[in-house]
Amino acid sequence: MTETFIITTALAYLLSLVLYLRFLYTGKDFTGRLATLLMFLGLLTHYLSLLMRAKGTHTVPYHDLQGSMSLFGWLLAVTYLCLEIYHRQRTVGAFVLPIILAFFFSAYLLPNHAGTPTAAHGVVFALHVTLSILAYAAFALSCVLSLMYLGEERLLRIRRLGDVVWRLPPLELLERMSHTSVLVGLITIAVGTALGFVAVERLPDQPHFDPKYLVTLVVLGMYAAYFQLARTAAWRGARASKLCVFNFVLVVLSFTVVNLYLSPHHRYF
Amino acid sequence: MELVLVGLNFRTAPVEVREKVSFSQEQALQAAEDLRSQGILEETLVLSTCNRSEVYGVRPVGNRESAAALASYLCKFHKMQPDVLNPALFHHYDHDVVRHLFRVAAGLESMLLGEAEILGQVRDAYLRAYEGHVTGPVLNRLFQAALEIGKRVRAETELGTRPMGVASAGMKLAERIFGKLNDRSALVLGAGTISEQVVSQLRDRNIGRLYVSNRSRDKAEEFGRQYNGKVIEWGEWDAALKLPDVIVSAVGVQDVLLTKPLMERAMSARGNRALFLMDLGLPRNVEPAVGKLYNIFLYTIDDLTEIVQQNREARESEVPKAEALVEEHVAKFISWQASVELIGVLDTLRGSLKERRAAFLAEKLAGINHFNAQDREQIGGLMDELIEQLLIVPAERLRAEKELRKKIQSVEAIRALYLSDREKP
Repeated sequence: MTETFIITTALAYLLSLVLYLRFLYTGKDFTGRLATLLMFLGLLTHYLSLLMRAKGTHTVPYHDLQGSMSLFGWLLAVTYLCLEIYHRQRTVGAFVLPIILAFFFSAYLLPNHAGTPTAAHGVVFALHVTLSILAYAAFALSCVLSLMYLGEERLLRIRRLGDVVWRLPPLELLERMSHTSVLVGLITIAVGTALGFVAVERLPDQPHFDPKYLVTLVVLGMYAAYFQLARTAAWRGARASKLCVFNFVLVVLSFTVVNLYLSPHHRYF
Repeated sequence: MELVLVGLNFRTAPVEVREKVSFSQEQALQAAEDLRSQGILEETLVLSTCNRSEVYGVRPVGNRESAAALASYLCKFHKMQPDVLNPALFHHYDHDVVRHLFRVAAGLESMLLGEAEILGQVRDAYLRAYEGHVTGPVLNRLFQAALEIGKRVRAETELGTRPMGVASAGMKLAERIFGKLNDRSALVLGAGTISEQVVSQLRDRNIGRLYVSNRSRDKAEEFGRQYNGKVIEWGEWDAALKLPDVIVSAVGVQDVLLTKPLMERAMSARGNRALFLMDLGLPRNVEPAVGKLYNIFLYTIDDLTEIVQQNREARESEVPKAEALVEEHVAKFISWQASVELIGVLDTLRGSLKERRAAFLAEKLAGINHFNAQDREQIGGLMDELIEQLLIVPAERLRAEKELRKKIQSVEAIRALYLSDREKP
């Protein structure tokens, strides 16, 4: 059953990507709607595959690397779809879906890698992890939007418009979408981090300082700074977008180097 | 049902001839009524734009001279000599009329390939003719189909998406930065023809606020009144440049108007909000270094002309797709036409067979005395039933026929086999 859901998800996401690309090229509304519909279908079957996997392993998806990656992909898709509906802008789908697909395929194609089980459990801990991964997904989305902004801005500046520029979202809309995405990320990471501290407080044997705390606070601070600076005269536009991309590099470092080599209690989130 | 079209366009007639043959809205309706009342056409519609004047019609059955009569009417209506007008006219019949109109609606026959205005002009001409009761079932169907193909070509091909004029290219670029312009503001420097073209594009996009400035205050005020724009004093740049999101400069000056220091100050005053600058002046009105400033997007007339050229090539590559759509709709229309003709032919055939049946029975039963009136009526009824059955079976088969060519051939065969020349609809 799990395999059926995985295959259906892969097919739905792949077809959706093809349609989003076609929509980007042709601008046909029907193609765009179909792409969204398929993405929604993929989201549903992706959720079911996560559920079946969790039932099969009798644990949460973020217990291992594969589960965490798959959950990240799913939350990225959820965030993107919400943003697409809120801003009524489908063109971004062609740029976000490759990332969702990369995480989805990596989760199921990479060899299994289960780390040391975390000491914390329970609803608060589950919320802490889920909200943190959702924040990372929102930050990933804002990074994609900022890269799109920088690319389009560059093409407009050097006056090389080609075929696709006419189909891309307006620069100011990309900025707004990025702000929305960062706002979602900021709220969820703030709540998620607070819940993380609550979960740690409840542990009988409280862990000592974890470098992840510091890095997360830095990430939170940097995104808060972006959110503020992006509205100022000196930073609005390309500068703010560059800062957003830089911030995501910090997120990736937090996800990889900090988790794998520095943090004793954070593995895949 | 026979369609006829007589007209001229920018390909067949120079502007001096075109302007003489153009129709006002009232004249178009008047001409259509004349053509119907004089028996030249049964249904009619006049489409007149700056690039074409075309008279579409359905000619009466058996009237093979409609096109010549139409040409002659046009000469009389516009008081032109036939030797001047006739060489500029083109004539189309039946399927070619359908194809021509669909190409016109699709923008394939326009001077600016794929331009959007023609579809609105076709719609307006049709609505006026419809409300004036000069069209009928055939032209109604034809023009509704034309509007449908016009929309489809613009939705499904790139033919209408890319801007083809310098002013519209500039506006499309501004939309790449700001999105919709209805809550934005624009400042137009200069009040000449180019400025008018730009303002027309801005108005089409419902620009939120329009500011105008010109060296001649009077001209600026007149321009402002005409286009509902607020006049800004010439030279008061520090105040003026703070406001707009789009600046269009089309002024004939020898020295640069918007210098880098001036624009640096302006950007600082406006909090670095993005600014789209269109420099349409020759010599240039804006110092090239302004284009390097943060959040300023500067396009000169050369940049825009190059974009228009690229778009023209891109549009031309879309022509085969648009033509395929046109042909698809032409086939649909012909199919509808064939179905209608089939119904007409069958009705005529039914009437003809009943007439022959009545004559046949009258002749054959004339010498038979043992049939009373009731028997004769019953025999007649049975024969009518037989005729119906003989007609219904082929009719149903023909209606279900998918291949248009076969359907048309079958209708022609029925006509040739069973109907005399007098009876042919």
